Amino acid sequence: MTLVPARPATRPERPSTGPLIDQFEFGLDAPICLTWELTYACNLACVHCLSSSGRRDPRELTTEECKALIDEFERMQIFYVNIGGGEPTVRPDFWELLDYAVEHHVGVKFSTNGFRITPERAEQLAATDYVDVQVSLDGATPEVNDPIRGLGTYDAAMRAMANLQAAGMTDFKLSVVCTRHNIGQLDEFKAIADRYGAQLRLTRLRPSGRGADVWQDLHPLPEQQRELYDWLVANGDRVLTGDSFFHLSAYGEALPGLNLCGAGRVVCLVDPVGDVYACPFAIHDQFLAGNVRSPGGFDEVWKHSALFEDLRSPQTGGACTQCSAFDACRGGCMAAKFFTGLPLDGPDPECVKGNSAAALAGERVLPGSSQDHSHAGPVRNQPVPLTLLTRRPDQPVARPVSACDASPVAGLSAGPSADRPG
Amino acid sequence: MQEREAWRLSGSVALRPEPFGALAYDFHTRRLSFLKTPRLVDVVRRLGDSNDVGTALTAAEVPDAERPSYLAALTTLASGGLLEER
Repeated sequence: MTLVPARPATRPERPSTGPLIDQFEFGLDAPICLTWELTYACNLACVHCLSSSGRRDPRELTTEECKALIDEFERMQIFYVNIGGGEPTVRPDFWELLDYAVEHHVGVKFSTNGFRITPERAEQLAATDYVDVQVSLDGATPEVNDPIRGLGTYDAAMRAMANLQAAGMTDFKLSVVCTRHNIGQLDEFKAIADRYGAQLRLTRLRPSGRGADVWQDLHPLPEQQRELYDWLVANGDRVLTGDSFFHLSAYGEALPGLNLCGAGRVVCLVDPVGDVYACPFAIHDQFLAGNVRSPGGFDEVWKHSALFEDLRSPQTGGACTQCSAFDACRGGCMAAKFFTGLPLDGPDPECVKGNSAAALAGERVLPGSSQDHSHAGPVRNQPVPLTLLTRRPDQPVARPVSACDASPVAGLSAGPSADRPG
Repeated sequence: MQEREAWRLSGSVALRPEPFGALAYDFHTRRLSFLKTPRLVDVVRRLGDSNDVGTALTAAEVPDAERPSYLAALTTLASGGLLEER
């Protein structure tokens, strides 16, 4: 498999005028959207964690290294960073780094499960314009949320939002990963956000990290994709999406935001040990551009890494360029294709035209993960997935033939075993 | 916006040069905007030190025929709070 979609042999020149999206394809001098996973440590164990977080990596950047990186962001005029993890507030120096970033004109939006957003911390956060908070919630009810994020996580998110609201913080974000279990709750999510004076943010479930293990069971069904698209068209101006649903633009009207894969062009990820990846959904050796600890630091990696230079030209080949919807969806999400074992210059696994169905049904080699910081043992609040299928749903259930006949082989006919996982 | 008015970049806004022009970020509203030509960036940077908007347009060598469209672009930036009258 080639690493990046087909590009022209000679590098095309950046156009001097024209739409911004064409400019973005050629990359910018610094990222617009930089995600910084501050730690792999997490007090939870969400089933779909993009970064397979749980345990702290002993090579984590030190406080001083983090401050030096913030200095570099300031020099590059990276106006704000999205801090995540793991759970960033688990780092003992989190609040110190937050203050340091604000003092150095680097705004921070950080993602949290809310457990540590106490009334006191909420007051502190509300005191500056430079800080924004994103509280994660993946179900509008505990019954839908907790099996994904863990027991008690719904209540923790609600408490955090109540604390932020009471502290006078407005327009913080309520961030939801869309799954087949919560697509029917979009209006309820909006109502929750409105109740707390928050802004709703919906993002796409990616088959990255532990998400690869549950994607098949959790990603929205085709008819739900349409429901989501229609909802976004009707409500899009008041809802954030991180521009993550551009693959749905192939339905027709383009969704608001950047309808383009920004990986290595306007987007990148710095992980807790300083590794720089093309995007937050691509934590894999194949998308590793360099490390901030190497000579030249982050600036050098962003501007001159071979991977990023390679990503900064328009895609010219592949099956998708022949599709009538290519201008709308641009082939979809690179990370989603990679982690489902699809060719990078072909359709997105959730292509709304159905163009990936054949490839998904055929032989695929999943790349797996190149690193994993998941907790090794049980975790407090361990999520219990909604459905634990122990047989294919289309196979008959082996039932006792009568209430008295409890023999484990009763009613079973010879033939293929019916109790293999589906 | 009129050529005789005096404006400047808002205090909470920073510009970052890019090949196509510049990014403009307002730290108070956390809003990101784009200045889509290098000349528009030049005009915006000159606003604060020029007697009025017309002087800034002239100094940035904006062709006469394009002055109305530059005034329209500046009006848009002003309505988003990126520029402030002085």
